[in-house]
Amino acid sequence: MYDVIIIGAGVIGAATAYCLSRYNLKVAILEAQNDVACGTTKANAALIHAGYDAKPGSLMAKYNREGSLMMEELCKKLDVPYKRNGSLVLAFDDENLETLKVLLDRGHQNGIEGLKILNKEETKKMEPYVSDECLGSLYAPTAAIVSPWELCLALAETAVRNGVELFLNNRVESISKENDIFTVITDKDTYHSKYIVNAAGVNTDTIHEMIGEKEFTISANKGQYYLFDKAQGYLTTKTLFPCPSTKGKGCAVTPTVGGNLVIGPDSSPCTKDDLDTTAEGLMFVKKASSRMVPKLDFRENIRNFAGLRAKCDRDDFIVEESKSVRNFFNLAGIASPGLSSSIAIGNAVLEWLKSKEKLIEKENFIDSRKRIKFMSLSDEEKNELIKKNPAYGRIICRCELITEGEILETFNTPIPPVSIDGVKRRVKAGMGRCQGGFCGEKVAMILKDKLGLEYDEILQDKKGSNILFNEAKGGQY
Amino acid sequence: MFDLIIIGAGPAGLSAAVSACEAGMEKVLLIERDKELGGILNQCIHNGFGLHLFKEELTGPEFAGRFIEQLKNSRVEVMSDTMVLDINENHDVHVINGNGYQCLHAKSVLLAMGCRERTRGAIATPGSRGAGVYTAGAAQRYLNMDGYCVGKRVVILGSGDIGLIMARRMTLEGAKVLACVEINSYSAGLQRNIKQCLEDFDIPLYLSHTITSIEGNDRIERVRVSAVDSKFNPIEGTEMVFECDTVLLSVGLIPENEISKKAGIVIDPKTRGPLVYENMETSIPGIFCAGNVVQVHDLADNVALEAKKAALAAYDYVTNSPTYVREIEVKNIPNVTYTVPQHIRLPLRNKLVEISFRVNRTFSKCRIEVIDDKDNVIAKFSRDYITPGELQKINILSDVISKVEERISVRVVEVNDD
Repeated sequence: MYDVIIIGAGVIGAATAYCLSRYNLKVAILEAQNDVACGTTKANAALIHAGYDAKPGSLMAKYNREGSLMMEELCKKLDVPYKRNGSLVLAFDDENLETLKVLLDRGHQNGIEGLKILNKEETKKMEPYVSDECLGSLYAPTAAIVSPWELCLALAETAVRNGVELFLNNRVESISKENDIFTVITDKDTYHSKYIVNAAGVNTDTIHEMIGEKEFTISANKGQYYLFDKAQGYLTTKTLFPCPSTKGKGCAVTPTVGGNLVIGPDSSPCTKDDLDTTAEGLMFVKKASSRMVPKLDFRENIRNFAGLRAKCDRDDFIVEESKSVRNFFNLAGIASPGLSSSIAIGNAVLEWLKSKEKLIEKENFIDSRKRIKFMSLSDEEKNELIKKNPAYGRIICRCELITEGEILETFNTPIPPVSIDGVKRRVKAGMGRCQGGFCGEKVAMILKDKLGLEYDEILQDKKGSNILFNEAKGGQY
Repeated sequence: MFDLIIIGAGPAGLSAAVSACEAGMEKVLLIERDKELGGILNQCIHNGFGLHLFKEELTGPEFAGRFIEQLKNSRVEVMSDTMVLDINENHDVHVINGNGYQCLHAKSVLLAMGCRERTRGAIATPGSRGAGVYTAGAAQRYLNMDGYCVGKRVVILGSGDIGLIMARRMTLEGAKVLACVEINSYSAGLQRNIKQCLEDFDIPLYLSHTITSIEGNDRIERVRVSAVDSKFNPIEGTEMVFECDTVLLSVGLIPENEISKKAGIVIDPKTRGPLVYENMETSIPGIFCAGNVVQVHDLADNVALEAKKAALAAYDYVTNSPTYVREIEVKNIPNVTYTVPQHIRLPLRNKLVEISFRVNRTFSKCRIEVIDDKDNVIAKFSRDYITPGELQKINILSDVISKVEERISVRVVEVNDD
C-alpha cells in the first residue's frame, strides 16, 4: 500500500517523485517501458525556455518561469549537464520585427528578465553565422540547454535513493477505487495507493478515463529533428528560433550540452505510437533551419529522431486534481515548455498533497548526486582512478571518449541500464559521430555479461528491440 | 624520446612499423586502441588480401599476421589496449591505458587511425528508429568476432565493399539477402566483389535506387525502395516493398581525423583526410599519415604501400631534416574527385611522384592526363576501364614535375578510337 502512485517515469513523473521523496511518503512510480525517460523526455530539443512565449496568465507561463529559475541550481545539485546559453528569436521581415515587440511585451508580462531587441548588426555580432537576411532578433539571456534524459534520470535516481520505488515494465491496464483506496493493475502486478499522479505523457487521457470522466483530450503531435556532429557546433552558441507561428515556437537550431547541434522540430499530427521520421518532415526542418543558418552542413548529420508533443484541447498545461475522481491528480498536455517547467510542476503536486495531508520533511534526505565523468578529470585524478580501477584506462566509446569504468559504474546506480541505448543515456557511449558503429558491440557484450543475458536477449532499446538473432554456424555449411 | 610514434595498428600502422624498422629507425612505438593488433583486418575473414603485396590470397587476419610476425622479432615497441587522446605540433602524444595517463614524445608521428562508417544519419533515411539497422562493419564485427548473426532477412543499402562482403557472409550463415540497393548509377565497390558476393549468390543489385522508408516498431519489419532520378529524388510508381528484419548500411567511409583536427592539421574537405605533401607529410612538419585516415582506399594492399612511403619519409625527416625551396599545387578537374597529394614540394627527394585519385563515373577507353599551368600535357596514361570504386594511381617523373611553375592538374578524357 502506497501513499502515492505516479504513473509515468518521464521527466514530469520523475520531477514529481523527486519533490515527494523529500517527505515521509511511500511513493511508487509505474512505468510501462524498461527504463525512465523513454518517451517525449528523450526526444525533444533539450531547451529550458526563457518563458516569453507562453500566453500571459497561463499555467505554461507560470511554470515555465518558475521552472527555468530553479533549473540551474537543480542541475548543479544533481550533476546534470546544463548551460545558460541564451536564445535569439530571429526576424526576417517587417511583420517578424513587429512580432519581436509582441514577444518582448509578453515576456515583460510573464516576468522574464533581461529580454532585449537587437538590430541586425548586434545580432550578427553575437552569432556571426546567422543569415545575412536576418533583420533583427529578440535576445533572451536566461534561456538554457540541458540534457533532458540525464535530468530525468537524476531526478528518478535521487527519488529512488530517498525511498521511492520504481517499477519498470509495468503498463497500467486498469484503475479502480474502493473506500478511498486506488487499485492499479498493470500487465505485471497490482498496486494500491491513496493518491494517484497521472504523468503518462500522451496517454494521460487514456489513463484518466480508466477511472474518471472525459475531462480533456490529448492528441499527439510529432516533431522531427536532426542531430549534428560536434564539428558543426561552432555555428551557434545560442538557441536560434524563427518567429513563432500558430503551430508553435518553430524550428530551432540549438547547441546541445554535449557540443552538438540539434535542429528541429517540425509539427504534424500523428497517432500516439508513431515515432517515424518522414522525408517531408525532414525536408521542412532542413529548409527552415537553413534559412536561419545557411552554413549548416547536412552531411554532418549523425542522427534523425522524432518526438511526440502531448497536445491538450485546452491549449494549456493541465495541472489539477481530476474533477471526477478525488485524490487523482492530472499532469496532462505537458507539451513545450514542459521540460522547462518540470521541476515547478513537481512542486505543484507537492503543494497539492500538502493541502491534503500533513507532510513531514525527512531528516536524512539525500539531495545530491555525482557521477564520474572521466574526461573532465585532471591528469592526476585520471591516474589515481586508473590505479584504483584499470577499467577507467580503457576507452570503449572513442567518439565521446567514454571509459569502460564509467559504463560498469552505471550497473551500481539505483536505476541500472538494461539496453544499449540505456547505457547511452547514462554515460553517452554511442552518442557520438559513429553512433555506436564501433562501441555498440562492446557495450552489448558488457550488457550480456553484467545482466547475465543470452545473446538473443540483448536489447537496443525497448522491449522487442533485440539486436542478435542466431549464432553463427561455426564453420558448418 | 621515440624516433617515430605510429597511431593505429591496422594495415597502415603495421606496414609503417615494419618499414620504419627496416629503414633503420631505432625507437619506433606502435600504439593500438584494441587489445589485438590488426584493426579492422581482424574481422575481415574473407580472402582477397595480399594479392599485390604477397602475390597470394590471404584473409584479413592472415594479412595482418604477416606484418605482426615481422614485428615480433623487431625493435618496434607495441602498446596495445591504449587510446591516443591528443597529439600536438611538438609531437607530444597523450595516451591512456590501464597503467594510467601519460604524455609521450617523438621526433616524428605517423597517423594511421583508419576510418569510420557513415551512419544512417549521414544519409537521413526516414522511417522507424527500431532495432535492426546496422552499419555493415558493425554487423561484420558481431558475426566474425562474436559469432552472432544480426538478422535473417536482409536488405543492404549502399554497395561499398563491406556491404558486398556482408551480403555473401550473411547468405552463407543462412540469412536471406533480398537486395542490395545503390543510389548511384554505379557501385562504389570493387568489380570482383560485385561478381563474387552478389552475382554468384543471385542477389539483385538495384542501381539508381534507394530506401525511401524503413518501417516497423521495436524491430524493423520492412523497407520501401524506389528508383531515383538524376537528382536522387524517388520516382513515383517505382516502389518495391521488401519484408525484412535487417538493413545493413554500406554508404561510405569517413577518415577518422578527430585528433588530427584538434592538433591543427589542415584537412582537405574533399578527402576529409589531412592535406598531404608528396611524401605523406601533413601541414604540421614531422607528422605523417597513411591509409584510410588520408583517403578511403579500395585495397588493404594499397594502404600498406602508402604506409611504407610515409614511414620512409618519416625516416628521412628524422635523419636528414630535408628542406624545400618551393611548392606546387595538385588540382583535380572535372571527373576527378580529389587527388593525394594535394601539394608537391621541391626539390623532390625521389625519382617518381605518385598521385592517387578517384573518378566520379566509369570510363572505358580513356586517358589520364596531367597538365601544367599552361595547359600543356606533361604526362599521360592510357586505361581500358576505370570505375569510382577503384583507387587510381599514376607515377610522374620528378624531373618533369620540377619544371612546373605553380600547379599541375589531373584529368580524365575519353578516347574515341574508331
